[in-house]
Amino acid sequence: MISDLITRAEVCIVALAECFRGDGEIVANPIGTIPMISGRLARASFEPGLMVTDGEAALVAGDEAFAWPAGKVVEYYNPYRSMFDVVWSGKRHVVMGASQIDPYGNQNFAAIGSDYRTPKTQLIGFRGAPGNTVNHATSYWVAAHSPRVFVEKVDVVTGVGWDRAAAAGSGATEFFDLRKVVSNLAVFDFGGPSHRMRLVSVHPGVSVDDVVDATGFEPAMAPEITESRLPTGDELRLIREVIDPDGLRRSELPD
Amino acid sequence: MTDTPVSGITHSKVITEDDVVAQLQDGMTIGIGGWGSRRKPMSIVRAMARSGLRDLTVVSYAGPDLGLLCASGKVSRALYPFASLDSIALEPHFRAARQSGTIDDVPWDEGMFLLGLQAAAWRVPFLPSRVGLGSDLIVHNPMLGTVCSPFEDGTELVAVPAIRLDAAICHLNRSDARGNAAFLGPDLYFDDLFLRAAPARRFISVEKIVPTEDLVHEAGTELRLRIARMMVDGVVERPGGALFTSCVPDYERDEGLQKEYASAARSAESWETFKREWLDLAEEEFQAKVAAR
Repeated sequence: MISDLITRAEVCIVALAECFRGDGEIVANPIGTIPMISGRLARASFEPGLMVTDGEAALVAGDEAFAWPAGKVVEYYNPYRSMFDVVWSGKRHVVMGASQIDPYGNQNFAAIGSDYRTPKTQLIGFRGAPGNTVNHATSYWVAAHSPRVFVEKVDVVTGVGWDRAAAAGSGATEFFDLRKVVSNLAVFDFGGPSHRMRLVSVHPGVSVDDVVDATGFEPAMAPEITESRLPTGDELRLIREVIDPDGLRRSELPD
Repeated sequence: MTDTPVSGITHSKVITEDDVVAQLQDGMTIGIGGWGSRRKPMSIVRAMARSGLRDLTVVSYAGPDLGLLCASGKVSRALYPFASLDSIALEPHFRAARQSGTIDDVPWDEGMFLLGLQAAAWRVPFLPSRVGLGSDLIVHNPMLGTVCSPFEDGTELVAVPAIRLDAAICHLNRSDARGNAAFLGPDLYFDDLFLRAAPARRFISVEKIVPTEDLVHEAGTELRLRIARMMVDGVVERPGGALFTSCVPDYERDEGLQKEYASAARSAESWETFKREWLDLAEEEFQAKVAAR
């Protein structure tokens, strides 16, 4: 049974899935619960060439995101060493989280505070962000849009943004491909002046003012800001019955 | 322990955790294998934490190995791409050390980290990569340099320096007494590179030592025999040696004990309680206590 009530989480899943449109036969590597569902959804509907991970050391067929009741079908053995071959050969589109992100898409999830040597808050570290962002397509997912996340200037640049890539030269720009930011409120691309972050759509029930109020810098505005599209009936069925039947998406974004 | 005589001679490298610690010195750079809270050589890490060692540089895809050593005051410098307990996203004891400014932080990207270990293993001063360009790794990691392609393109790249280790410590599922070892889980991670990045003092702990002729059978395929005895100076047989981190298929992570460990970062008192209950005891007692839970 498909309910008429479409949740914000489901809108976000579709918006993230749209990030992968046109990617073809690469690894879609969305990190986080809602992003993982979105990668599956893109493959199960409009982007069938995508390959996805099981979160460990395999690329898997099948549409399920978190459990494989009928058994896991492995397409490729992909331990971490092999994942870096994928990253550095460019056959990947990652969706990362961000504790801070600035107008040009510089991302931080290493540490908060003005003094890196003694941070106010130590986070996970640089992880793979520096390498990901200069090697292949990157998008971001922010589950709690706020002025503390969307900031004028990040404390540490872990993932490289448009301005920093340009300043670093051809080694950084050759394969640089920063695409979109999807939050619980809206979708941005980097189509503003000098690749400034640009608001392109707001989720149903969210106003442009809501987004501006929750953003710690002034984003550029698309000529026509649309409402983020709703999932189709088929997409809802895939999300609810096949990809995430246990509703783990609610743990990241409650209804 | 099963030792296999070859031509009537014993070549056993079997030692204890304390023997490993006795070969380490203050100020050393020590690489620790595994990934996050997975297949970490925790029985040796516990022995290090109980020892008088100090001023260590820890090199790790870090989890509770780095955290426990930070909480025990052993770490002066950390080379790491991330510090996580997997099911608990952030490593609380490492965070506490960072936020109090007590350790020197040398950040890495996780792929770049493998290049640093690979450069050390191949005995070259650096390997080139585009990883790091444009990011603050260049600002905060003083080890990194840049290098220009000598070819027509002239591209400026990052020179990823060799991470040379004074000692390397890994935990594997099976080995023989001479140090030929197999991983049985989904991923070797970079254990082979850690062991090759250290010219000496290369130690493994294992769940079980078996005769050499049984290794392939135990592993299921020779493709899992990824650690050779020429990469290993000492073998510790310690069932449960990775606990509370996971060591699949032998066991999953002990999430309960990991939670207790993480909560112990709340205060000096809670750390003292954890230390008394889970650290200040012989490894045999630790294993018996875990089994009795």
